[in-house]
Amino acid sequence: MKALRNYLDKIKPQFKEGGKFEKLHSTFDAIETFLFVPDKTTFKGSHIRDVIDLKRTMSMVIIAMIPALLFGIWNTGYQHFLSLGQEVDFMQIIGYGLLKVIPIVAVSYIAGLGVEFIFAQIRHEEVNEGFLVSGMLIPLVMPVDVPLWMVAIATIFAVIIGKEAFGGTGMNVFNPALLARAFIFFAYPAKISGDTIWTGGLTKGEGVIDGFSGATPLSKAASGAIDQIPSLHDLFFGFIPGSIGETSKLAILLGAVILIVTGIGSWRIMLAGLLGGVTMTLIFNAFAANAYMTLSPLTQVMMGSFLFGMVFMATDPVTASQTNRGKWIYGFLAGLLAIMIRVFNPAYPEGVMLSILLMNAFAPLIDYYVVEANIKRRLKRAAKLVKS
Amino acid sequence: MANTIRIKRGLNINLIGEATKEISSIEAGNFAIKPTDFLGVFPRLLVKEGDTVKAGTPLFIDKYRDNIVFTSPVSGVIEEISRGDKRVLEEIRIKSTDKPDYEDFGKSDPAKSNREEIIVKLLKSGAWAMIRQRPYTTIANPSDTPKGIYVSGFDTAPLAPDYSMIVKDSVTDFQAGIDVLTKLGGAPVKLGLPGGKNDFPSVSNTDITYFEGPHPAGNVGIQIHKTNPINKGEIVWVVNPQDVIIIGRLFTKGIYDTSIIIPFCGSEIKNPKYYRTFKGASVRSLAKNNLAEGTLRFISGNVLTGTRIKSDGYLGFYHNQFTVIPEGNYFEFFGWALPGLNKFSFSKSFFSYLTPNRKYRLDTNFHGAERAYVMTGQYEQVFPMDIYPMQLIKACLAENIEMMENLGIYEVDEEDFALIEYIDTSKTEVQHIIRKGLDLIRKEMS
Repeated sequence: MKALRNYLDKIKPQFKEGGKFEKLHSTFDAIETFLFVPDKTTFKGSHIRDVIDLKRTMSMVIIAMIPALLFGIWNTGYQHFLSLGQEVDFMQIIGYGLLKVIPIVAVSYIAGLGVEFIFAQIRHEEVNEGFLVSGMLIPLVMPVDVPLWMVAIATIFAVIIGKEAFGGTGMNVFNPALLARAFIFFAYPAKISGDTIWTGGLTKGEGVIDGFSGATPLSKAASGAIDQIPSLHDLFFGFIPGSIGETSKLAILLGAVILIVTGIGSWRIMLAGLLGGVTMTLIFNAFAANAYMTLSPLTQVMMGSFLFGMVFMATDPVTASQTNRGKWIYGFLAGLLAIMIRVFNPAYPEGVMLSILLMNAFAPLIDYYVVEANIKRRLKRAAKLVKS
Repeated sequence: MANTIRIKRGLNINLIGEATKEISSIEAGNFAIKPTDFLGVFPRLLVKEGDTVKAGTPLFIDKYRDNIVFTSPVSGVIEEISRGDKRVLEEIRIKSTDKPDYEDFGKSDPAKSNREEIIVKLLKSGAWAMIRQRPYTTIANPSDTPKGIYVSGFDTAPLAPDYSMIVKDSVTDFQAGIDVLTKLGGAPVKLGLPGGKNDFPSVSNTDITYFEGPHPAGNVGIQIHKTNPINKGEIVWVVNPQDVIIIGRLFTKGIYDTSIIIPFCGSEIKNPKYYRTFKGASVRSLAKNNLAEGTLRFISGNVLTGTRIKSDGYLGFYHNQFTVIPEGNYFEFFGWALPGLNKFSFSKSFFSYLTPNRKYRLDTNFHGAERAYVMTGQYEQVFPMDIYPMQLIKACLAENIEMMENLGIYEVDEEDFALIEYIDTSKTEVQHIIRKGLDLIRKEMS
């Protein structure tokens, strides 16, 4: 490590202002601080600082997503060979999954981090770690057959318009990963809906066996084929077609446990989201105007990307409500609207993406009223004093 | 009947190097008063180098409030008056005489004195500087009538002094000081004590509230907020227990005797214990032969709110402990990625949370670099006030005075934000931001 440190120290001056590579200052800094926690010490205020930093925080979120990613890789292969009707061994399944998923992950990271590094340099700032999480979220919410160039464009759009235009990490209004998905959804609707894109190779129509439709549980539900919804067992473990990371509820719950135990993901949002979803379903159950409305809360919650959205997307600390009370309201409405949009929207089977993006837009308003209540309480206290 | 208030949100930082409860006496020899300790004071010097002073002899006054006098904590000779950038008066250093010599302010019974006499005596002796006001934490204005005078009888900061032990050492003087403050405030002094078992001596003329819970339960600002929060236009006064004793002595003995008991603590002090010395003592001779090897950080005060001083520096006027911890000027290979079994963190992302009672040797490493505010909802966990900390910090950054007022700036002091600064994932200068906000309002209001 000493040698590496010495090497970094040696080349460091070239990246400083006036150096040969000053245009790569932010890039060098990002790599250096990635390898070594800097030797910077406190100079005013508190003399000690917690060991946590944004790198640690973000890496915890990534660790929480790893179960979903690994299952997604397996399921990609599993669904593919299922569609072909072939019996293959575990390694072949994983091999196919890796081949399909890793390029999407790579493209997302390269495109997104590229933009981040450029903007950090323009702003003379250090590279923020925020994209480390977005870069992993984007592949997990993509259908496996999405063209790679589309992932690249969507990512670049999401980072520039969704984040950098607002001032970078911490300032954005909308969740960048969801924005990337929304971009594809609105720009190339055919590529992110229908029955064929969820299974690797199905789009090209490689010798699919009879009886394999590739439809997700949600599209079955939307088309009224309620009886074809897979068993709760399959929904929970995730042996179903869907976006790469959303299918296994078990993997998502594992992630949720990691996020809650480390205190990095807001349990308030997750719980409130779940409550919101269940509440909406129960309301639908009460009316039961069509077959979709009669689905039990458990089935609704386990279908589609509801859990994935509530655990990984709605909890983004920047785009969610920032006050704890606000987080309850925000989460509840996000869950409620997700189920509502899902059941009512005829054009697209899933409502989670639109619901969370909508709540992202309302989060500042929720916070405004929560903080306003605090201010009113304070003013009232002062007014009471004047009277007495 | 005294009531108990339970404080849930906060954090105790367990450090190695707690002072053992034995008190040693040492002659420090060198002392200094640092005008920079007094917020908003513009000093006008009254002495020059070589002058002989007694304990209680005026050294300088505040240019804008010339009734506020700052006096020498010990008797001796003015050795040096040092100035810093822009000729800011930094330190007035005094070489003490072996035999203490005191200005005589006359013994008196606070119960029999009236408020005016008490104020005059406190001002003349220099003890007035020990009474500070909230908001702003500046020296109190003698013409104000505070809505209450608050003393926190315990400190929950890392390695903080045990005030029960210190007060026990001078109960009569403490009682006299409380009597003085009761006269000043026109009501019993609001005394905050630790909940549960405590051995704080019983004193009269106090209105006691017990506070249970982690740091910052001992912060006087938190105690005020929980019992009677400050509204716009209101003023409360606060005094440290050790200063209450000094004020008491001024009446029982008639002298300005700044004798204090200070813990010398921190992981880098070989034999951490309490020392009896005077305000403004030099730490050089005190810490001699008692330090570990390595580059060290010397702190007048505690690790969260104290001031960095040199190895031959002096204790601050309002500081009641001296802490030495290691500097953290090293690179750590993949430090952010390691499991962190022996790294203390408020977050549960390091495995050290499995051993909650462990004590740590923490250094001054920044553990990262400044970032945008990302982790919302984090600050509230260590901030036991009905105030939205991040929103208030942002209002201070934006210099939006109306918003600061609305969000409760008058109820806070920078020390109340020290824990937020400690746990902050974004590594921002929270205390500095709050101080700047307070200063801005103070200037706008005056």
